[in-house]
Amino acid sequence: MDNILLLVQAAPILNFQLLLDGLLIGSIFALAGYGLALVWGVMNVKNLAQGEFVMMGGYIAWFMTNFGIHPFVGMPIAIVLMFGFGWAMYLLIIRYVIGRDLFTSLLATFGLALVIQQLLNLAFGPEVQVVKSGFKIRSAFDGMLTVADIKLVALLVAAALAILIVLFMKRSRIGQAIRATAQDPRAARVMGIDTENVYAFTYALNAAICGAAGVLISMIWVIQPFYGIAYSIRAFVIVTAAGLGNLPGVIIAGLGLGVVEQYGGFVLGAELQQFTVLAMLLLVLIWRQMEQRRNRQALQ
Amino acid sequence: MNEYGVQRWIFGALLVFGLVAPFLFPNFTSQLTVWWVMVLFALTWDISGGQMGYNSLGNILFFGVGMYASIIVQIGLYYDVAAYTTSVGAVKVDFTTIQYFTGLASGIITGGIVAVVFAVVLGTVVFGLRGPYFAIGTLGMGLAAAELVASWDYVGGGGGVALPVYPGHPDERSLMFYFLAFILAVLTILVLRRVYSGFFGIAANAIRDDEEKAEGMGIHTMRYKIVGWSIAAFFVGMTGAVFGNMIGFIEPVEVAFPAVTFGIFMVVMSLLGGKGTLLGPIIGATVFHLIKELTWSYMLGWQWVALGALIIVIVVFFQQGIIGWAQEKWPEKFGIFVDDEMAASETQLEAKGAGRAAE
Repeated sequence: MDNILLLVQAAPILNFQLLLDGLLIGSIFALAGYGLALVWGVMNVKNLAQGEFVMMGGYIAWFMTNFGIHPFVGMPIAIVLMFGFGWAMYLLIIRYVIGRDLFTSLLATFGLALVIQQLLNLAFGPEVQVVKSGFKIRSAFDGMLTVADIKLVALLVAAALAILIVLFMKRSRIGQAIRATAQDPRAARVMGIDTENVYAFTYALNAAICGAAGVLISMIWVIQPFYGIAYSIRAFVIVTAAGLGNLPGVIIAGLGLGVVEQYGGFVLGAELQQFTVLAMLLLVLIWRQMEQRRNRQALQ
Repeated sequence: MNEYGVQRWIFGALLVFGLVAPFLFPNFTSQLTVWWVMVLFALTWDISGGQMGYNSLGNILFFGVGMYASIIVQIGLYYDVAAYTTSVGAVKVDFTTIQYFTGLASGIITGGIVAVVFAVVLGTVVFGLRGPYFAIGTLGMGLAAAELVASWDYVGGGGGVALPVYPGHPDERSLMFYFLAFILAVLTILVLRRVYSGFFGIAANAIRDDEEKAEGMGIHTMRYKIVGWSIAAFFVGMTGAVFGNMIGFIEPVEVAFPAVTFGIFMVVMSLLGGKGTLLGPIIGATVFHLIKELTWSYMLGWQWVALGALIIVIVVFFQQGIIGWAQEKWPEKFGIFVDDEMAASETQLEAKGAGRAAE
């Protein structure tokens, strides 16, 4: 309760700080959320390994800083590596999951998530890691408002990546093929699109997007082998709230989630920040359900 | 011999084995206890997952709820819980034998009842969700419970809390917990056998096959879903109380709400054995537990990787399960005949079945 009072008294600077932090971190959530929306929309696979891909990207960046490679230089490498990893996972597992019942993809990717978690744990240990990016921290209003430069840079990079992805989906041949497959796989196949290839590319692209998000996360927050599941849940919250194939919705939901999480963490205490995410998940699901019920009644 | 006769023989053999096993293999009593817990997990998951088609990933919630409800009762009967949990070891607790056993018994029963309350309240919320949303929603619930309990200082928060110590010989103790788990598992089998063979089983399968139609036929689907979940919650909650006491020290993430270990095992065991049957989950739990225990000692840190890989293989390539596979291989042994005459009169049968459901 004290925290709420503080929020009211110290407004507007404290609110501005929380809002800013939320928006900066939310932009990265939106990135991972968009990857999930892509995979879900195109191939109807609910990828529960989303957060583990994010962590993998973070660990690739962290591993390379040990050799003196700056994370922003390492980012393209992480993207390429994750793209390859995603393609390999498609060939190994996801290929057999497409078109099966709803639960199969969920459970199979959950198994994949467990394997990745444990492999990361074996390779890098269970310690919390952070990548030093070497950027300064700015402050204003006598230190009441602090903004790490890296967060601003991360926001810009996330925005640039989002624009790149959108352009790619709109302009390139393979992007058009992906959208055609999402609309009607059978028709796409008739038109000569190798849908198998499109699926593999989509899954790999998702892994690459998550990898990029992971590199950013590793610089502004922390990475740990078992933190992935929170990102999977966040991605689900975003996609459930925004719906599939709705990019503006994904961005708004991602930023909104970031802000809500910051406020939740501040008001309820840092140890309940994870809980805020889960509570958001349940709230979004209930809200969706009520909306559906209203639609059903309208149909009658 | 028909399927029903075979089932009766298998259950009889299981019962006899369960009664003599801890005396035959005294060194493996705790392993056998966990085996019965696994059997119970798989069976109770199958009520909503296999029979109704509602694949929950959060049934583990009831395990932890039962565990924590039990500890609050066990300590709260004789001491101040908050004082006990905040000062680890400072408050000397000394339970007499009678206090221990009355505490344990009331703790187990409370665990079951509180879990049912949770199932009814949360069930009304999540059973409106369908397909993947239900699975994700229940997973979120299980994880959220762990987070909430971890920040709840009254029960020790994330640091955990120690349970009353058994007043007697350790061998006696493990035997007692073995038989508690055994009795709970046998009770579950008996209750489910009874329940599946009645109207509940038909209604549950109707919900799985087509919920809208089932509702159209006049089945109160919501009520059946919640009742099914409550049965699962009751037994899982009591098992949680027993398991917590057996471990002796409970803590939210690893022991009480292990969503990524036990929580996912119960799903995989049901799938491995063959979901939607009574025998399948039992077989699945046995095979899975055996594989797990055998690989555990030889894999040195890689066991979790192997287990995750096993989950993927089961889910992707062997989803019909052992029972489903056997049914495909020897359909006549399961009383499945493909008869042209029957196939022709199938429409008639369907009409009859509909008539029965409306009664």
